[in-house]
Amino acid sequence: MRLNADEIAMLAGHAGPARQWAINHQMRVGRYLGAADFVPVSQAHIMADTESLGVAGVEWLERLAALPDNARCVRIPTITDPRGTDFAAAARLKQQDWMLALERRAITAFQSLGVLMTDTCINYQTIMPAVRGEHMAYGDTGVVIYANSVLGARSNFEGGPSALAAGLTGRTPRYGYHLPEKRRATLLLRIEFTPRELHDWGALGGIIGRYASDYWQVPALVGIDRIPTSDEMKHFGAALASYGSVALFHMVGITPEAERLADIADPSLTPTATITEPDLRTFQDAYRRRVDKVDVVVFSTPQLSLLELRDLAGMLDGRRTTVPLLVVTSPQVRPDADRLGITARIEATGAMVLSGMCFYQSYAREMAEANDWQSLATNSAKLVNILGGYGYRPALLSMQACVDAACAGRISA
Amino acid sequence: MTEFQAAAAMGKRVQGRALVAKDGFSARYDLDRINGVFSRPEHKLAGQSYVGQILVLDAAKGGVATAWMLHEMSARGVMPAALVLNSINPIMVQGAALADFTMMSGFQVDITAVVPNGALVEVDPESDPPCLRILPLRSTPPNPDTHHG
Repeated sequence: MRLNADEIAMLAGHAGPARQWAINHQMRVGRYLGAADFVPVSQAHIMADTESLGVAGVEWLERLAALPDNARCVRIPTITDPRGTDFAAAARLKQQDWMLALERRAITAFQSLGVLMTDTCINYQTIMPAVRGEHMAYGDTGVVIYANSVLGARSNFEGGPSALAAGLTGRTPRYGYHLPEKRRATLLLRIEFTPRELHDWGALGGIIGRYASDYWQVPALVGIDRIPTSDEMKHFGAALASYGSVALFHMVGITPEAERLADIADPSLTPTATITEPDLRTFQDAYRRRVDKVDVVVFSTPQLSLLELRDLAGMLDGRRTTVPLLVVTSPQVRPDADRLGITARIEATGAMVLSGMCFYQSYAREMAEANDWQSLATNSAKLVNILGGYGYRPALLSMQACVDAACAGRISA
Repeated sequence: MTEFQAAAAMGKRVQGRALVAKDGFSARYDLDRINGVFSRPEHKLAGQSYVGQILVLDAAKGGVATAWMLHEMSARGVMPAALVLNSINPIMVQGAALADFTMMSGFQVDITAVVPNGALVEVDPESDPPCLRILPLRSTPPNPDTHHG
């Protein structure tokens, strides 16, 4: 890789051992993936829940955090993905003391590194949305795909260590979606049914993710007949990234780089498939038929926006839940929901509003064992894709059907 | 001895038994990392132990957590010996770099179709180009954690 003087100095250790580790790590990654040089980035976003970090990861962070001030602090705004708990609700979730202690150690280490503990996976709705063409080092697949596709920014999936490295060096290896030629469509899909509800958008993302098959595929959709909302794009992108490991999509006539199909696709690209409403129902039914009685209902993954919380409160007004209903939002949205009375309306039904965590990043296996949760209902396609591996039987339902299930304790026929 | 050249690799040379499937890999989505088994029910290796095996799979899947999890798995010793994929994503590369884990990807053939499940293989990132070799089966399998070179 070509290095400039600043990068050579970091590699030589002149900017301290943290930046020396960071640039060396980035060069190993960059060489593997064919980067010719580095590109400056304006923000980094770190996924680092302690289930992923483990004790070894937290100790590793603590070693960096023990360095002198001028050697350890990030150079660019660096923020965090959800943590592994909402400390105020940990006892009700039956999370164990060792989980909370590990979380506190990780938070202390990140704060020592100058990281802003935003604890959110919807920073594109709440913190500072990226601008078209802006290079980022984002570390949550839902954040990356939204920023790349809906906002026209440029980021690869940056796992926690690499996002932290980008924070320390202010740059990232220039490969993948930082390069214009890698952003052209490789897969064309015709959509005959524009989804109506969030779980439909998630199902569409899941179906296309299965077609896409790997990170380097860029799906382009034709046929979406209205402009989706930010929350619809959020659920679609999160599911597409989850099922397909996809980091960029185009919706022709809608997303910024795809005003026309010719802007992002070669003329030779022909549709791989046409996706219809029955395809979405088949996708959803494959999960639904495994579940009757419901142990827990979860709205999470991604964290809910203020408008999702408002819609949910409207569906819950005057009702009473009979099984745990967990509603997860960001620390930025939560104060508004409190101030506007939305939290109180949701919690009056027996539900819990949680912030700063995400369900699957919060020791989901241990919570299932402690609470005897096996079957789960959610409107998040990404969550159902993840939770099978954690031992759950998840059902993908509409928000209204999830509310009904939380009140009845089972899924309506 | 049959040899397959790869586009890219990192880590140390390692030998072990191949655990092969035409399926994806994500540490968060697919594994019970405490018990060292594939846990996602739909995965073609569901219920099988990956500890000490050379995983030969199709594509990197899922989210970003694998970048930390390979390091965490390595620290506890509940870890595959190497990961061989047709197609990687950046997360696998970043995770392998942090964990000093052996990984190889990008073949001219579908690597899951040409490596028999259970074969004794050598993953050699240090050769130029990097390559995977199918070794003659021996009566006593080697220690899968044995590193050479």
